[in-house]
Amino acid sequence: MTTGLKEEQPLGRIVVITSGKGGVGKTTSAAAISAGLAQLGHKTVVIDFDVGLRNLDMIMGCERRVVFDFINVIQGDARLKQALIKDKRLDTLYILPTSQTRDKDALTKEGVEAVLNELKEEFDYIICDSPAGIERGAQLAMYFADEAVVVTNPEVSSVRDSDRVLGLLASKTKRAESSDEPVRATVLLTRHDQARIDQGEMMNVDDVLEILAVPLLGIIPESTAVLRASNVGTPVTLEEPSNAGRAYHDAVARLTGAEVEMRIGSERRPGLFQRLFGRTA
Amino acid sequence: MSLFGFAFKPRRARTAQTARDRLQLLLAHERLGSSSAPDFLPQLQNDLLEVIRKYVAVDDDGVEIVMQREDAMSSLEINIELPSESAPKGAAG
Repeated sequence: MTTGLKEEQPLGRIVVITSGKGGVGKTTSAAAISAGLAQLGHKTVVIDFDVGLRNLDMIMGCERRVVFDFINVIQGDARLKQALIKDKRLDTLYILPTSQTRDKDALTKEGVEAVLNELKEEFDYIICDSPAGIERGAQLAMYFADEAVVVTNPEVSSVRDSDRVLGLLASKTKRAESSDEPVRATVLLTRHDQARIDQGEMMNVDDVLEILAVPLLGIIPESTAVLRASNVGTPVTLEEPSNAGRAYHDAVARLTGAEVEMRIGSERRPGLFQRLFGRTA
Repeated sequence: MSLFGFAFKPRRARTAQTARDRLQLLLAHERLGSSSAPDFLPQLQNDLLEVIRKYVAVDDDGVEIVMQREDAMSSLEINIELPSESAPKGAAG
């Protein structure tokens, strides 16, 4: 299944994982999606664009193997091959960590483009984990993208920021500036909680989609598995099966063009009475 | 949901609907801001408020203006919230 062994041209598709707002699950999603793609046999690299606040390495569990980084490559201090970290679990998965000591000014458009072009020669999917915000780092993470996954929580500030980011994807990207097809943007709804939706406390999927008006890539339920996975540095798609893991696998399949029915997984914690009378209920 | 669960369900307002409505209003404004928006909306809001105040006592935020632009047509939606017992000012005089 490994495409890398064949001599055919890799897909070379650049996917940015972005959101505007911080803390909505960009890095978790970038890690889970990259690992999911690699599991399907697609040669995948995930790049950390959050210069100065490096975290993808911890979520991927390779923080102690970082020698050279993205910025070293851009500035010509290391070759790309030296900076790429091969995942220990999947031989189709690579990580390009960022610098923890530099700032976002170390990223240049030309440098990023050169690295991405080199990666396109070898990888099927290049996943760009964007920093929060809409400043330079976030803009460069999305600039060369073919596709964008906008990670959104069903919460007002996250939806508002996602809307802003969708505006930027439609105007401030290479595809927007040229006459190419626009960046294909989808929403990944994370921290979805069916119980709270049922109580009228949380916007549902339709509410968010109606407001943002882009297709849905997946619905990731609020899950304790996400924190457990990050504790041990394993993408949630590689951890033991969980609702969140399954939802990410579905999203990954859709990203590759497969038609997968949308299902809402939930992690309902039984209430007091359900626990007491659980067997009869 | 069990019978008991229902009895203990807090009687709180369904805030999700509020979230949705606030976002729709706000984003209609903000999307305008990023394109070539007419910036007369705040002035229009003030003027309307002034005119309406001649007849009815309305709050400062009692007039709400939303402009929506779509491909085929645009619409200007003006919502005026009247106080519950608004006696017309000086109508009898």
